[in-house]
Amino acid sequence: MGAEFVALSLPPILIGICVAVACALPGNFLLLRRQALIGDAISHVVLPGIVVAFLLTGVVATGPMLIGAAGAAVVAVVAIEVIRRLGRIEAGAAMGVVFTAMFAGGVLLLERSDTSNVHLDVEHALFGNLESLIWLDATGWGSLVDPASLAGLPVELPRMALALGLVALFLWLFWRPLAMSTFDEGFARGMGLRTGPLGLALVVVSAIAAVAAFDAVGSIIVIAMFICPAAAARMMTNRLDHQVAWSAVFAALSAIVGYVLAGYGPLWIGASASVSAAGMIATVSGLILALAAIAGPHRKAVQ
Amino acid sequence: MTLALVTAGAQPDEAARRASPLAVRGLTVSYGQTPAIFSVDVTVRTGAMTAIVGPNGAGKSTLLKAALNVVKPLAGTVTVLGQPLAQMRDRIAYVPQRASVDWDFPTRVIDVVMMGMYRKLGLLGRVRATHRSQAMACLDRVGMADFATRQIGQLSGGQQQRVFLARALAQEADIYLLDEPFAGVDAATEKAIIAVLKSLRDTGRTVVAVHHDLATVPDYFDEVVLLNTQVIAAGPVAEVFTEDNLHTAYGGRLTTARADPESVAG
Repeated sequence: MGAEFVALSLPPILIGICVAVACALPGNFLLLRRQALIGDAISHVVLPGIVVAFLLTGVVATGPMLIGAAGAAVVAVVAIEVIRRLGRIEAGAAMGVVFTAMFAGGVLLLERSDTSNVHLDVEHALFGNLESLIWLDATGWGSLVDPASLAGLPVELPRMALALGLVALFLWLFWRPLAMSTFDEGFARGMGLRTGPLGLALVVVSAIAAVAAFDAVGSIIVIAMFICPAAAARMMTNRLDHQVAWSAVFAALSAIVGYVLAGYGPLWIGASASVSAAGMIATVSGLILALAAIAGPHRKAVQ
Repeated sequence: MTLALVTAGAQPDEAARRASPLAVRGLTVSYGQTPAIFSVDVTVRTGAMTAIVGPNGAGKSTLLKAALNVVKPLAGTVTVLGQPLAQMRDRIAYVPQRASVDWDFPTRVIDVVMMGMYRKLGLLGRVRATHRSQAMACLDRVGMADFATRQIGQLSGGQQQRVFLARALAQEADIYLLDEPFAGVDAATEKAIIAVLKSLRDTGRTVVAVHHDLATVPDYFDEVVLLNTQVIAAGPVAEVFTEDNLHTAYGGRLTTARADPESVAG
């Protein structure tokens, strides 16, 4: 548990925690607004954005991919809102149309373009590669206070920490209007709140978290973390602030337990290879949800 | 189209509009092809209780929502004491239909009442003991002080309606707009709510409520607006709440409406 842990396991675990919590926090509000699938939608629609960014630049670089993904997410969010408002149909249906169409477009683009010599494929988009985000400059716990070593941290860690900070800041700042408009939009509008832009801002912040996470860990974790921790937390309490706190705990727990189980679990049962950390983290979050559904003190409150 | 003549014939009285706590002119809302309300003029009288009455689908709720810009009107103006609505938000409290929200939402009674203080507290203003005791006082007025820490889903329909009223009281407004405050509540709650509304009126506040029980209109209200997409008639209950006007508003459905008030809810 010394140098090897700090170099090989600590960065992926920390990145996993940041991803999980950054997605779980806005997930609470999306869930209560019956928009939980929007996380699913976002993580699908970023694919065409990333492929387009690759086609335009010719390289798989973080910057252009993030911009492409963010652009695609914004296009999707606007398209969903436009279809929902102009077509006067349910939000779920609008999302279903937009995200399947855009994901399909992304797959077609990926097939038609020559990406065989770069690390860009559907599998990478789904699972990411959390295990590869290691910190080669680390020589032990002391490296955490050594500026030269810290410079070698995987770039995904500060990026995800920033995304998490942004999400937390947004929720802290707009907590009251978000809670009010989520519970009773009519009343909130009667008070003069601009609930339309506020709802859009929530979706945009969720999209930023999803896009930042996508590159590091793929879409499986993102989809799971938008829904599972918040849904499990809802069954633990009847207060919104407590629910959000529970969801952060569940998300972090999923990341830690999932990563450890993926790395060492197979060894414990005698198998030789480890399994996908992203898959295991998502699985653990699902197990926590199942436990909350069986034994959570307030599960009857949820229909 | 003969219905339109009733309102179109009267010239809007500019002085009355400026003095009114809530005046709408030419308010028109459409959710699809047909208008929900069409060219509605209403001038609410200060310090009175006004009922908005009409058959199912007459646009009663829509009229309230459009007056508050909760739904965007296609046309028309709304003034509060002669000023545009946007500058007068603090003066108006709104009680939406109880059925319009998810009562499984993870929140307690006291938290719902505190929402009424948002314009005082702002985004990050600290909740002080005075705010809490004020919220408790509002709950006490509707007889719900003992339920402050209950989850809202554990309340009966009548109790939920009282909590909504307490939230409006916490706004300390001058004008109270209520959407079907008596729908699906028990008799004790109806009594408690009407007592609070009358005390508001008796202290100079203005109350406007969408109401579906025709039998109680003369007991509860001073003024009535008969609505069926357009305004059929509006004024003091004694003058306007007549057999003829009701027939015009409800058409053939009046007999059903009388026999079963629930059937005209909405």
